[in-house]
Amino acid sequence: MEKFTRITATACPLPAENIDTDQILPARYLKLPRKGEHGKVLFQDLRFDADGHERPDFPLNRAPWRNAKIIFGGRNFGGGSSREAAVYALFDYGIRCVIAPSFGDIFSQNATKNGLLTAVVTEADGGALTEALTQEPALGVTVDLGQQTIVCGDLHFHFTIDPARRTRLLNGWDDIDLTESFRSEINAFKAANLKQRPWTVPTQAT
Amino acid sequence: MSTPLTLFDKLWSSHEIVQRDGESLLWVDRHFVHEGSFHAFSRLAERGAAVAEPALTFGVADHYVPTRGRGKPIPNPEIARMVSQLDKNAADQNITLFGLKDRRQGIVHVVGPELGLTLPGLLIVCGDSHTSTHGAFGAYAFGIGASEVAHVLMTQTLWQKKPKRMRITVDGKLSEGLGAKDIALAIIANIGTDGASGHAIEFAGSAIRALSMEGRMTLCNMAIEAGGRCGIVAPDATTFDYLKSREFTPTGAAFDKAMQDWGELKSDAGANFDYEVSIDATAVAPFVTWGTSPEDALPIDASVPDPTLESNPERAKYIRGAIDYMGLAPGKKLTDIAIDRVFIGSCTNARIEDLRAAAAILANRVSKVPGLVSPGSSSVKRQAEEEGLDRLFRDAGLEWADSGCSMCVGINGDLVASGERCASTTNRNFRGRQGVGARTHIMSPAMVAAAAVSGHLADMRPLMARKS
Ligand code: SF4
Repeated sequence: MEKFTRITATACPLPAENIDTDQILPARYLKLPRKGEHGKVLFQDLRFDADGHERPDFPLNRAPWRNAKIIFGGRNFGGGSSREAAVYALFDYGIRCVIAPSFGDIFSQNATKNGLLTAVVTEADGGALTEALTQEPALGVTVDLGQQTIVCGDLHFHFTIDPARRTRLLNGWDDIDLTESFRSEINAFKAANLKQRPWTVPTQAT
Repeated sequence: MSTPLTLFDKLWSSHEIVQRDGESLLWVDRHFVHEGSFHAFSRLAERGAAVAEPALTFGVADHYVPTRGRGKPIPNPEIARMVSQLDKNAADQNITLFGLKDRRQGIVHVVGPELGLTLPGLLIVCGDSHTSTHGAFGAYAFGIGASEVAHVLMTQTLWQKKPKRMRITVDGKLSEGLGAKDIALAIIANIGTDGASGHAIEFAGSAIRALSMEGRMTLCNMAIEAGGRCGIVAPDATTFDYLKSREFTPTGAAFDKAMQDWGELKSDAGANFDYEVSIDATAVAPFVTWGTSPEDALPIDASVPDPTLESNPERAKYIRGAIDYMGLAPGKKLTDIAIDRVFIGSCTNARIEDLRAAAAILANRVSKVPGLVSPGSSSVKRQAEEEGLDRLFRDAGLEWADSGCSMCVGINGDLVASGERCASTTNRNFRGRQGVGARTHIMSPAMVAAAAVSGHLADMRPLMARKS
């Protein structure tokens, strides 16, 4: 997994509330195998009209934000379906960080597993950021995970992230290797569990 | 004296293997996979790994399965590939599969409980957000993404941070004909789609105890729409009765031991919750949604909100966008909203009790709009046919189809056309959820039936009263 430490990039404001994972990646693209090409269908129905033409009013279609690596979203960003392909779409498009007042829980978890940072900010800091980006769209935003800070022009504020998620992102850790290092504890638990709660293992009634 | 514990605390600690960096490695008792789990199986193949515990893993074909023309080859090759890929992955990994041709096939969150695979005290995961449904049995059940599915396949464990504990107490008696869907929408309208974010919700109170297992499943299904990590109801006599003589329910000595363990599954008196919410069941009305998020729910006698009356500018902007997408006007009475079709189905509301509730309204009436009824499982379908409910749906002019996710998400091809308005028993009214440009209003099965016979959103209560 790619590490996340610090980036400076253009940030695209998308401050609508409840941008669910169905918006980020519509269900009809769930069949796509992972080949690094999910970015093409990111926000498909918001970015393009029925004929496949770009909607000029959608922020990611506008000049300074087309190459954004940071998205600044609204409350409950990524709520809804557990589809990890929503994270693939953001990542493959080039997005490395989403900043929002709150996130869908499963979305945030999926993001962490793919090197995408979900940074939680207060509504007030979010409002100031939207304001700054509206005034000066090309203003670079620096997100520093080590310091947990966001800097944009004169604005300077903190964001929150779960400590374990932060460690994972900073190190680019693969969970499976980490888990395997606890193999003996897992085996011991399994054996004890089988004794204490034998009914948890399904056997078919005959 | 030991500290009083919540039900969730007990579920958590009985699955904890180790702690590290503020997270715990948890043992998974039950893992359900479906066609959408293919990303995780690819990950497994890349590593050359095998499923660690195939006996604890079960596959169900539901998301892509056709609801018509069963028994014939699937006409769409991409959909056919999604279904056969699951067959192959399950066969290669020795996983029991309830595939397209199995008589136990259905939606994963209907099938698990109905087969007795879902039990109190288990930790249950599935690569699907509505896994919260299984919490109705007093299990810790939650949805995970593809990376986590791969992790569970390979290790039967999962790293999790312990969520905070929340209790939603619903006391009092619901009015006649109202159900769990109305309670769920009332809660979400009240606390918002991120209201329970970071929390494990326990549903408690007399109105919850009075719910059937079907109702409890509907409620826990919607816990995720309130942002909750999971929804749980403590098991009781209703739970144990439901579990008797299901195919995989433990028997003999194992059952006796299970009953002993299940008796402990409740929050101790005086246990501490991080967040408490109370709802008065007697004040719950039939709810419908008007917008593009489950929190956009209002009692049926209300009107579409007016963004000019909203003081929060972000909220006003959101309301304007939702009204625009839904093709509505501010202040329009909800009962004046004409619909184009109805859908009765999904893991939220397609169990036998849901079909009975809808059929009772449709009996001896005709639907003014076309509609599709897809039972939650093949067993539910057989049961409904035994009871003659299929006749009532057909006589009312609705289509009676096979079981699957169907028009809840539309990836099997059952879609709502762009611009069409659908009254639906599902859980998500997101933009484009039932098809590009589709407009979804979610509500209970009885309310969908009332909308069908009225041609517009309608209160089902007068329709019930007229019959008796
Ligand atoms: S019925 Fe709908 S919500 Fe339920 S599992 Fe299927 S797609 Fe998801």
